[in-house]
Amino acid sequence: MPTPFLLNGILASQISGHLYAGPAGAFDALGSVTLSGTQASITFSAIPQTYTHLQLRYIAKNAYSASNGVDDPNFSFNTDTTYTNYRSHYLEGNGSSTFAGSIQTSGTYAIGAGVARSYTGETNMFSAGITDILDYANTNKYKTVRSLGGADYNGSGEVHFHSAMWMNTAGIYQIDINCGAGSFVAGTQFSLYGIR
Amino acid sequence: MTTNTMVALRSYTVTGSPASSVNFDLTGISGYTDLVLISSAMASSGVPDNLMQFNNNSTGNYYSSTFLSGTGSSALSARESNRNWLSLDSYGSLNTSNFNIAEIHIMNYANTTTYKTVITRASNGALGTDAIVGLWRSTAAITYITLLPSSSTFAVGSTFTLYGI
Repeated sequence: MPTPFLLNGILASQISGHLYAGPAGAFDALGSVTLSGTQASITFSAIPQTYTHLQLRYIAKNAYSASNGVDDPNFSFNTDTTYTNYRSHYLEGNGSSTFAGSIQTSGTYAIGAGVARSYTGETNMFSAGITDILDYANTNKYKTVRSLGGADYNGSGEVHFHSAMWMNTAGIYQIDINCGAGSFVAGTQFSLYGIR
Repeated sequence: MTTNTMVALRSYTVTGSPASSVNFDLTGISGYTDLVLISSAMASSGVPDNLMQFNNNSTGNYYSSTFLSGTGSSALSARESNRNWLSLDSYGSLNTSNFNIAEIHIMNYANTTTYKTVITRASNGALGTDAIVGLWRSTAAITYITLLPSSSTFAVGSTFTLYGI
């Protein structure tokens, strides 16, 4: 059974945690954070460099009170917040239309997958996403990230594909997950897995 | 401690005669955050959709889905609201000649404070491909999963494997 995540303390507007350490398998739970209150960001640090890939799995919700203007959660690596070091492309569907585009100069660091908006009528509804960070420990290549996620609200919603690149050859030892506009609400959960 | 996960929990293969549904009773299963169900299925006739229900909930219109699909010539998005099932495909549906492959992620299935979100990737090499986000508007923990085609039956050779993460 996965061990409950041990909180490392609340750092200003973010929450951090220890990573699990112990026996290894092919798909290992490295850490998990479940918010008990609102937080703007979540950090996984001291990520071991012993896996081939990482996978983030999450349910998330934004505390933003308006019905629009909510950003996707975005990720930054190794505390690099220079947005020009990241490049992202996406394909999205909103139930009636499809959209595709790219992001580099908007200030969004990496990628996202649809955070549920928080207002009346969306009670208990969370977005969900699965993000793969491929060859994260390889020091000979830029890092490639892909994500599938979205949210359905019974009558509205979005589904997203994202691919992204972090133009840095360093191994990824820290992931900062930022909510974008607003904060993540209580019940938001991010879990990090290592894949051999 | 690091915990080895993605554990195969249940597996079912349709043998002998076609199956009108496939059921997974989760009694006795605990300690996982998400469930992943891999479906490799064919229909006995027609081109039905692969559908899912939780906890034998087949009334009340508690299910909805948002689709992003590729048809082979275009990309499109669609929606289903207030249904009595969760659709696991749209263009990548079941047929009688190709196995539909669906990777179904049931997120936070045991959570009793949120509705359940399901992420699905489905494809049928001859028909199309889909990414789907679905919602079951219930805060109940998922204890029972039913897969069923919208018409016809699952053909012999169809396989369904459930993993815990």
